[in-house]
Amino acid sequence: MRFLDKFLFTDLIKGLLTTFRQQDPREIVTEQYPSQRPRIAERYRGAPRLNVDPESGETLCIGCNLCALACPENLIVVSTERNPETKKKELTTFTYDTSRCMFCGLCEDACPVDALELTQDFELASFSRDGAIWDRQMLEEGPKPANYEY
Amino acid sequence: MAEMAEATFLDSNELVLNMGPQHPSTHGVLRVILKLDGERVLGADCVIGYLHRGVEKIGENRTYVQFSPYVDRMDYVASVSNGLGYCLAVEKLLDAEAPPRARVVRVILTELNRIASHLVWLGTHALDVGAISPVFYTFREREEILNIFEEYCGARLTTHAFRIGGLQYEAYEELAEDTLTFCDRFAKRIDEYERLLTSNRIWVSRLRDVGILKEEDCKRYGVTGPILRAAGVKWDIRKAMPYSGYEEYDFDIPTGTNADTYDRYLVRMEEMRQSIRILRQAAANIPDGPIMAKVPKVMKPPVGEVYVSIEAPKGELGYFIVSDGSTQPYRLRVRPPSFINLQALDHMVRGTLIADVVAVIGTIDIVLGEVDR
Repeated sequence: MRFLDKFLFTDLIKGLLTTFRQQDPREIVTEQYPSQRPRIAERYRGAPRLNVDPESGETLCIGCNLCALACPENLIVVSTERNPETKKKELTTFTYDTSRCMFCGLCEDACPVDALELTQDFELASFSRDGAIWDRQMLEEGPKPANYEY
Repeated sequence: MAEMAEATFLDSNELVLNMGPQHPSTHGVLRVILKLDGERVLGADCVIGYLHRGVEKIGENRTYVQFSPYVDRMDYVASVSNGLGYCLAVEKLLDAEAPPRARVVRVILTELNRIASHLVWLGTHALDVGAISPVFYTFREREEILNIFEEYCGARLTTHAFRIGGLQYEAYEELAEDTLTFCDRFAKRIDEYERLLTSNRIWVSRLRDVGILKEEDCKRYGVTGPILRAAGVKWDIRKAMPYSGYEEYDFDIPTGTNADTYDRYLVRMEEMRQSIRILRQAAANIPDGPIMAKVPKVMKPPVGEVYVSIEAPKGELGYFIVSDGSTQPYRLRVRPPSFINLQALDHMVRGTLIADVVAVIGTIDIVLGEVDR
């Protein structure tokens, strides 16, 4: 029997069966990243966005400066101007330095009107250091995930 | 240890060897100056601080809320536990308490984090000792835990899951379900790890009677956590000074007898099983209700000082906060378990072989982010 086992490689077949049992295509976990996007959790804290009213295109930000005060790294700068006609504070510039951001979500929590939001986008690389500082226009346009087609 | 550095090669056969800071088994940037007589270790001197960021000083320059993301970055393998300790300390200072629902969710997440931390320890410790395969399995299971974290709070490693006074995020719908599924699956996986290691002859001979730290030495060094329990002391802050509602759960404190590396392995494995028990009880009944206590938006705790400690995966994690009545802490001191447990390294490796140093560093379960802060 021992001889037959050796001759027919039963151990090898047993071992290979175990190997092939793990080859179930449903259990393949490798993501083909650039062409296949990963599934991101709904609450993921990624690239910031400054929401605008979808109809009028006007910013939702009321310029209250609470996000800048909440930020542990002081990387948000908000500046406002008082409109002489309506006597209301209006947002002029808004910069967000993503290079120093640790995505803790405190600015998002502080925002009373849900204007500032951390989105699910995670591709934040830029070619220069200045590129990591996002201005109001970039924040309002929101992240543009790159589309890699092969 | 000054005389050690001055030892010359002329007057002795002793050799001074630098292990690290770029040594894979030092789990980061720990440098150990070993004094050797051939293969025997005569003494070990730890040089730390390569990862020092001044977390305590940062705490003094941030408001109480602003500092909470930074605590995640100390013990980054168990960031949820760090967050819990800090939140509990500030809550005690403010005389606030998290509502029941928040407490249960906190217990679920910290126990999941305890398992994740022990899995990283098991994988890397086995890797150091020469067993390659466990790390693949442990990281596979850890991935499931991190997925639960991501689903809950959006981040996987530096979670910032808790806020002072409760939770920021409502538990997502399938949290209990996911936790219970994980428990069922993981209970079988622990047996798998044990089959790989517990009676493995190489594993046992590498770990048994290596790095012995007896009860009295543990107490002398202030060592806590699984190392203390492996020495036979039934000390777990979850039982001794319950916090966040741990008194409601039924679980045991595993202890060892030999106080060696092998017993510490067994204690941690059993701890993971006990965590599953707690998780099953907690996930089975998450009460309804609010998740945030009434805490002021601008926190100005009354003048005073507070020390709160919790049972982190690696031992007693304490926060000592002195408040001067302003929005920022006057002094914030962290008692990190890894830092204090690492002191015992010299005692544990004396007289052992140089290869055992690797096993002992692995068994202390250090995270350099926490040692250096």
